[in-house]
Amino acid sequence: MKDKKRRLSLIVALFFLLSLLFSFAESAEQDIPKKFFVPPPPFTPGIFPCSQCHQGMPVNRKPRKLEQMHQEIQLKHMPGGWCFDCHNPDNRDKLRLANGQLISFEESYYLCAQCHGVVFREWKAGLHGKRTGMWNGEKQYLLCVHCHWPHEPRFKPIQPLPPPMRPSDIK
Amino acid sequence: MNRIKGNRAERKIDRRTFIKGAALGLAAAALPLNKSDASFWEAFFQKHFREMNDEEIKKVLQRLEKEAEQKYKKAVKIGNEKAMPGVLFGYGLDLSRCIGCRRCVYACVEENNQSKDPQIHWITVLRFKKGEKWVDLEESEKYYNPSLVPEKDYFYMPVQCQQCENPPCVRSCPTQATWKEPDGIVVIDYNWCIGCRYCMAACPYGARRFNWSAPNRKPEEINPKTHYLGNRPRYKGVVEKCTFCIQRTRNGRYPACVEACPVGARKFGNLLDPNSEIRYAIENKRVFRLKEDLNTSPKFYYFFAYGV
Repeated sequence: MKDKKRRLSLIVALFFLLSLLFSFAESAEQDIPKKFFVPPPPFTPGIFPCSQCHQGMPVNRKPRKLEQMHQEIQLKHMPGGWCFDCHNPDNRDKLRLANGQLISFEESYYLCAQCHGVVFREWKAGLHGKRTGMWNGEKQYLLCVHCHWPHEPRFKPIQPLPPPMRPSDIK
Repeated sequence: MNRIKGNRAERKIDRRTFIKGAALGLAAAALPLNKSDASFWEAFFQKHFREMNDEEIKKVLQRLEKEAEQKYKKAVKIGNEKAMPGVLFGYGLDLSRCIGCRRCVYACVEENNQSKDPQIHWITVLRFKKGEKWVDLEESEKYYNPSLVPEKDYFYMPVQCQQCENPPCVRSCPTQATWKEPDGIVVIDYNWCIGCRYCMAACPYGARRFNWSAPNRKPEEINPKTHYLGNRPRYKGVVEKCTFCIQRTRNGRYPACVEACPVGARKFGNLLDPNSEIRYAIENKRVFRLKEDLNTSPKFYYFFAYGV
């Protein structure tokens, strides 16, 4: 009898924990929408997939100055940052989160969200960044990297369009 | 023959008949009879837009489309999309992000068929020095022209029609040619506007523009997707202004300035939808409306997404 009771309580506890787990998983799903309508990432033409060159190349994990390729990349993002903080050394066609999870380049916003959580929240809400598409329907989001070059994310100043005509210049 | 001649000589014209006849004759001469085109008379006797039924509006639109096609040698569609139920449009502008590049100004000109020469812009971007008293709009600079923006120590504030809930322009119009639509957009009927410019004097935001001469735009520059109350071709002597791109937004699209902004400072949505971007900005950010003390209650919200 006692054994039976114990078994019952065990099963109850098990199911309780399981359901709790599922509910948590569900809420996590809701927090991160499965898909934003984003255009493809703005790769330099011909550079992707990375594996077309990196396949079979030995991985050198040592932070160093790049000399043969990618010299043009000046990392002005995180001080002391290094390629493999975001890029994945073992499969170059993926990015890697700090927890080791691999994500595709199409979902690079998860990578940015690791540090820029507030901006990520506002981006999801539609506040940060440009929205096109329909205000009452399907919205077109842009990836962070469409506007912020990830290796140097700060906006560059741009040339303004001409000012309005002064009344004194009207003929 | 004699009898008739005699009669004519004997006929007396009294003073009243003379004046009546003279007045009628002059009035007839004042009528532009040389315009034999039937469309002229249809335009002359066109009813107020809000008093017409769908059939009558359709006729008016057909007439206007024909006129536009003759003028620009291309098909121009003039729509009449009605306000959607349960929608009140609101606009947000993030002053912490605007860089004053004026991309919005020219995107608006392209979308809304403004005159190029004389130049009409619906959006004015004002520049203010940081850290000074800046709500004094008279002290702002709108002709700034550096080689690169943003400039250090300056910030920028674009101003356009604020789509007031309590619009002073509407009350000042003597012909009811401007009114507020159910979705909150203040519109102008260019066929009813008499060009008195009372509304321009009444507007505290300087948002209305006047066509001092016939709008000048090349046919290939005409945006053929128009709305009767929005970007259809205008006439000399009428007032125009921002309509939140009524021809786009009533079809679910974003205004042209929102899509043009390179920094995503411009936000647009339904104020009655709690999940809209504009509601998120109002509920979570530091927000103000321009000249709020005038009780015009604009639906144009300036906010600061980050920093000061």
